[in-house]
Amino acid sequence: MNELQRWLGSSQILLKISCLLDFLYRMAPVLLLWLAVCLSGTWAVDRGNFKTCDQSAFCKRQRALKPGESPYRALLETMELTNTRLTLQLINDNNKVRLLLELYRLQGNITRVKINELKPLKPRYEVPDVLIREPPTEPLSLLSQDENGVVLSLGAESQRVIVSARPFRLDIMEGREVLMSLNSRGLLAFEHLRMRKDTFSYKVTSTVASVWDNIKRVFSSLDFSLPGVEHVYGIPEHADTLRLKTTDNGDPYRLYNLDVFQYELYNPMALYGAVPVMLAHNAQRTTGIFWLNAAETWVDISSNTAGKTVFGKMLDYVQGSSETPQTDVRWISESGIIDVFIMLGPTPNDVFSQYASLTGTQSFPPLASLGYHQCRWNYNDQEDVQSVDAGFDEHDIPYDFIWLDIEHTDGKRYFTWDPHKFATPKEMLQGLMDKKRKMVAIVDPHIKVDSNYKIHNEIRSRGFYIKNKDGGDYEGWCWPGSAGYPDFTRADMRAWWASMFAYDQYEGSMENLYTWNDMNEPSVFNGPEVTMHKDAMHGAWEHRDVHNLYGFYVQMATAEGLIQRSGGVERPFVLTRAFFAGSQRFGAVWTGDNAAEWDHLKISIPMCLSLGLVGISFCGADVGGFFKSPSTELLVRWYQTGAYQPFFRAHAHLDTPRREPWLFGPENTALIREAVRQRYTFMPYWYQQFYLAHRTGQPVMRPLWVEYPQDPATFALDDEFLIGRDLLVHPVTEEGARGVTAYLPGKDEVWFDIHTFQKHNGAQNLYIPVTMSSIPVFQRGGSIIPRKMRVRRSSSCMEHDPYTLYVALNPQRTAEGELYIDDGHTFNYEKKEFIHRRLSFANNVLSSVNLAPDAQFTTGSWIERIVILGASKPSKVTLKAESQIEFEFDASMSVLTLRKPGMNSGADWTVTLQ
Amino acid sequence: MSCQYHHHLLLLLLLSVGVSAVEVQRPRGVPLSKRQFYEEGKPFTCLDGSRTIPFDRVNDDYCDCRDGSDEPGTAACPNGSFHCTNAGFRPAFIPSSRINDGICDCCDTTDEYNSGAACQNTCRELGRKERESLQKMAEIAKEGFLLKQQLIQEAKRGLEDKKAKLGDVQVSKKDLEDKVEALRTVKETAEQPEKEAKERHLKAWEDQKALIRMEKDKAKMTEVTPRIIMAELLSHSELDLDSDGFTETEAQGLLGGVDKVDTTAFETVWSNIKDKYISEMAPPPVETPQEEMREPVSDNESEQYPEDPDIPEDEEEDDEEDEDDDQDDGDYKPPPTMPTQEKKDDDDEGTMPPYDQETQNLIDAAQKARDEFDEAERALREVDDQIRNLEKEISFDFGPSAEFAYLYSQCYELTTSEYIYRLCPFNRVSQKPKYGGSETNLGTWGKWAGPEDNIYSMMKYEHGTGCWQGPNRSTTVKLTCGKETVVTSTSEPSRCEYLMEFTTPAICHEPPSLDSVLHEHEEL
Repeated sequence: MNELQRWLGSSQILLKISCLLDFLYRMAPVLLLWLAVCLSGTWAVDRGNFKTCDQSAFCKRQRALKPGESPYRALLETMELTNTRLTLQLINDNNKVRLLLELYRLQGNITRVKINELKPLKPRYEVPDVLIREPPTEPLSLLSQDENGVVLSLGAESQRVIVSARPFRLDIMEGREVLMSLNSRGLLAFEHLRMRKDTFSYKVTSTVASVWDNIKRVFSSLDFSLPGVEHVYGIPEHADTLRLKTTDNGDPYRLYNLDVFQYELYNPMALYGAVPVMLAHNAQRTTGIFWLNAAETWVDISSNTAGKTVFGKMLDYVQGSSETPQTDVRWISESGIIDVFIMLGPTPNDVFSQYASLTGTQSFPPLASLGYHQCRWNYNDQEDVQSVDAGFDEHDIPYDFIWLDIEHTDGKRYFTWDPHKFATPKEMLQGLMDKKRKMVAIVDPHIKVDSNYKIHNEIRSRGFYIKNKDGGDYEGWCWPGSAGYPDFTRADMRAWWASMFAYDQYEGSMENLYTWNDMNEPSVFNGPEVTMHKDAMHGAWEHRDVHNLYGFYVQMATAEGLIQRSGGVERPFVLTRAFFAGSQRFGAVWTGDNAAEWDHLKISIPMCLSLGLVGISFCGADVGGFFKSPSTELLVRWYQTGAYQPFFRAHAHLDTPRREPWLFGPENTALIREAVRQRYTFMPYWYQQFYLAHRTGQPVMRPLWVEYPQDPATFALDDEFLIGRDLLVHPVTEEGARGVTAYLPGKDEVWFDIHTFQKHNGAQNLYIPVTMSSIPVFQRGGSIIPRKMRVRRSSSCMEHDPYTLYVALNPQRTAEGELYIDDGHTFNYEKKEFIHRRLSFANNVLSSVNLAPDAQFTTGSWIERIVILGASKPSKVTLKAESQIEFEFDASMSVLTLRKPGMNSGADWTVTLQ
Repeated sequence: MSCQYHHHLLLLLLLSVGVSAVEVQRPRGVPLSKRQFYEEGKPFTCLDGSRTIPFDRVNDDYCDCRDGSDEPGTAACPNGSFHCTNAGFRPAFIPSSRINDGICDCCDTTDEYNSGAACQNTCRELGRKERESLQKMAEIAKEGFLLKQQLIQEAKRGLEDKKAKLGDVQVSKKDLEDKVEALRTVKETAEQPEKEAKERHLKAWEDQKALIRMEKDKAKMTEVTPRIIMAELLSHSELDLDSDGFTETEAQGLLGGVDKVDTTAFETVWSNIKDKYISEMAPPPVETPQEEMREPVSDNESEQYPEDPDIPEDEEEDDEEDEDDDQDDGDYKPPPTMPTQEKKDDDDEGTMPPYDQETQNLIDAAQKARDEFDEAERALREVDDQIRNLEKEISFDFGPSAEFAYLYSQCYELTTSEYIYRLCPFNRVSQKPKYGGSETNLGTWGKWAGPEDNIYSMMKYEHGTGCWQGPNRSTTVKLTCGKETVVTSTSEPSRCEYLMEFTTPAICHEPPSLDSVLHEHEEL
């Protein structure tokens, strides 16, 4: 690689931070100066490239509004109540513009509120394709009405909604308790579409776009009050703590998908993805707000208890003078309508299923994608891929996927291969397939403008590109240079894109090649804030209306392509960087271009927890850190953390030294090997958790408060987490750590160290001394976890291997768990081809019963070992009351190991301890 | 990897064909060497001695021994290993996790006895291929080794030549030193009268100059307003004493603590400042050019696309790096302009008249002596360089028998699709774009860097051109035995860390004789 290329590489990266490209090419000599300045500058995001609320016209204008009496009034005489909805008009007394309010009661304890202009000059954008269906409604009934308002009953749960007329506000009550109030602070604002006076009447010939020039920023905003709430979560993606902070003294949290170069931690700046869903929690109830709007959105949070010291709060409590704690939230969006879903819980799992009923659940990934992924920008050529693959075997480290970044293509033309470096891709893929391994190649949505490039020509000739405001194809700068951006908001475009993944279209692809969608915010190097101009056109809609949906659609179309190429048989695997509400249906996400720093390791936990809370379970951070080079200690700790996070992929920047696991001496190779092997022993549990997430919408990686909602000690924890209900992980994320303090929740519970089997009581802060090999992980007493202890070189190689059941007894000497088995890669589970067993231990009997009697699947795998933690020594152990099972008992740790019981994993059986 | 290793293998392979003829009963996955520990029907003791189990638990697909030794033929133990005999090829151990995983690892297919994988026995084919390639390599090694002997002889001769030459040069150095000393005396003798004559001439000129300067002083003082106002004085920043900005306090100091002075007082002041005072009529000092302003960032403009997608030239890239370096060196300031100014004033006073003939003759004579002396000294320096180079080459580590000496001051090139790589052993490695552009230094000679037992198998070149946000470029050169001396491949496995493969007969080892290998094998 010579200076030219190296320079290109580095400058491209720098360009990610700025929209200076056009200037660059004209002013190359000056750029060098600028480059020099950049290079000597600090290693951090260039904040100047991204807008603050003050720099965003609508945010600034809206934020300038202070709480007070709302100018809006409900016109009760316009109220219409049908079986499924209530409508009434609102009037702004200042400008007499009328709005239409729609209120729906949805099945599953959800209330939907829509506000739009009564008679907009042209339709306002309503987000399509995110809801999995038109949400089914439940009847609303009128309880009472007078001139000040109406009271409606929300189903049978003694829940009511009160519509107050003057000023307009909504209060949702349960019994005498207010759960949530809308517009209680009078911050409802709805800029209506207006004629541009100078244009419309005089310039009849002007384009539609110019007519609307002055009226683009037609923001909508609404405030929500949450009495009794001190903890709110969600609205990813931000590099911030799990518990959201109040924003009174800074910028609001911003939701605007952006390619942020070297993002900073612990602030509300927008990142690659946006899910406008917030969860509110207190010890009694969990609720959620889903603000369905794909335009640039800002979220302000304030709290009447923020800033109060613990002592102050106690004083309030003792003196009884306390006002109820309350959190107020204000949502501000640049365009579109107000369409908000209020999910009323009351439990965290209820909120998850309510949200899942609207936007769907996590896609059920192929089992192999839960294994370890080896990535780097870039593996240089086929030989390199082969030697890295061989390195894993040589060092006996399992892995399932090896990844190729942008350099594998022929000049950044996606769907192609570099003719020299990757001349025979099928040979390479076959080599991996022979080892039961897989590959992911990147396919970004920016398409090189090149008349010799088939993909470009097709998109151009079909008119599928996003247009600029003058009607020509929009062109921006990205990796290939000048690039067009396909309009993924079009269903016909998505269908065409999907067809490009067919084996006969995507030359060199095979069934073990999967896809990675990067840069789909979309990233436009020379665009404002490194993204697309807001006046670019998607058919009749402006980019500003659909911005946060772009990445969602890219992944949707790609996943559809992978499904179609197999005739609908195989599950897809697609990783995306940008996302929106509903993206969970299409694959995995990662936290983007992080850095090899300890704080970035730490932040991976709250970032993935926040995503899990809003439905996106398949989350991970680049192990090792993308930018910069990690110390060996950091790298090892990151492997240990990543091994217990859902998406487990190591990745590294082009300019960093190699960091395959065996490059840091035998000791560290062994540490990394052990972390990856632990991951593989838990594969059955991970798979089962994803099956559960797919069925219920519950997060795989979850904050402790989700399982211990009444324990305030868990509410802000984000240095430890649960996988499912039964594994608690407190990774070591401090440099030079000698120990960690983990909070073990549950007053009457016990937790078992998975390595030593030592038992610890719940509801305590436990200090755990650590060495470099330590990964503090605990299994909940009362759980049964199936594992596969025969770790092989990839998960597919382990398919038929036997299970070891880890039965951790609670103080009542019972335990429960599940075992889910299917073929691991097809949609046949939808046709009931799977095994789903309930495993339970009670009264000294461990049994396996069928949870899905109508399902059919056969497996060769058997139970090779049962390890019962917290057991006492039996005199005899029998299988099905017939054959005896040999056992060993470790009295020091109370561990009973049953040797080779041998029953088939899909069978009914009981094991009795006597 | 040394060739020796392969030769052992070759002979082992030949032997193993014979061995496989005798089938010995033993549990699956156990090597012949450990057969004795697995005795049918007798309790089995784990090889680490940790416990003893009934023999029917050996290979019963459940791991009983912590060291995995009870399951040599199944995948039950996480740390077990499986032995494949691989008759016709070389025997091998594989991790027991590769037993029945559906992937054929042993060429004799014995690892996949229950997975349904359709493995073909490829041992004979592999053995044949390996024997062929080993034979080929043995031939190369043999020829290479012969060449190496020549190289060693040449190096020996070369070394002797160099030593002889060094002796010669050292003798001639002695002569030269004597000559230099003699010429130095001549020179010094000639310079004494020259110096005296020049001093006389200069003194005469200085006296004349003093007169002229006095006249000028007077003229300049009248140019300055008698009642000098401090504000005016302040405009003359050249009077600033500490170069941190000319402050009122400093100006007042010059004026003797007052704002204004009259003519008489000013004479004292003037004598303080005249050396620095720049006449109003003199041109103002040239301002240091401002850095070119950068164009503001354009935002939200839909049409401003770059016109020329070409990337700036390499040279500019280099400039950029240089600038970067300069900045790192600290605050660089242009040298002050004052001395030039003063010199100009002097020039105004006229130039010194030429030397008289007598003085000039003395000067010419001295100059001749100087030239001759310089010439002799230069010759001596050259001889010193020669000695240094010879000594360096003589003492250079060219391998145990100086077999690598022939590479010294040679260069070898490899042309790839994009670049020309150039290896100049013991000097440097570089890369040049094929189609124009400047050369990049990939490292200069560092050291022999092979593993301890084979240190001459690798060369390390370090401290090449720096990388953006990365280390300086470096290159590892791997040497393998070959008849020809040639660079066979280059790659960049990690950013800015290059790997070059290089064949040379100098690394070839003598192919071992059959007897010695047989002997070694018996010891195994």
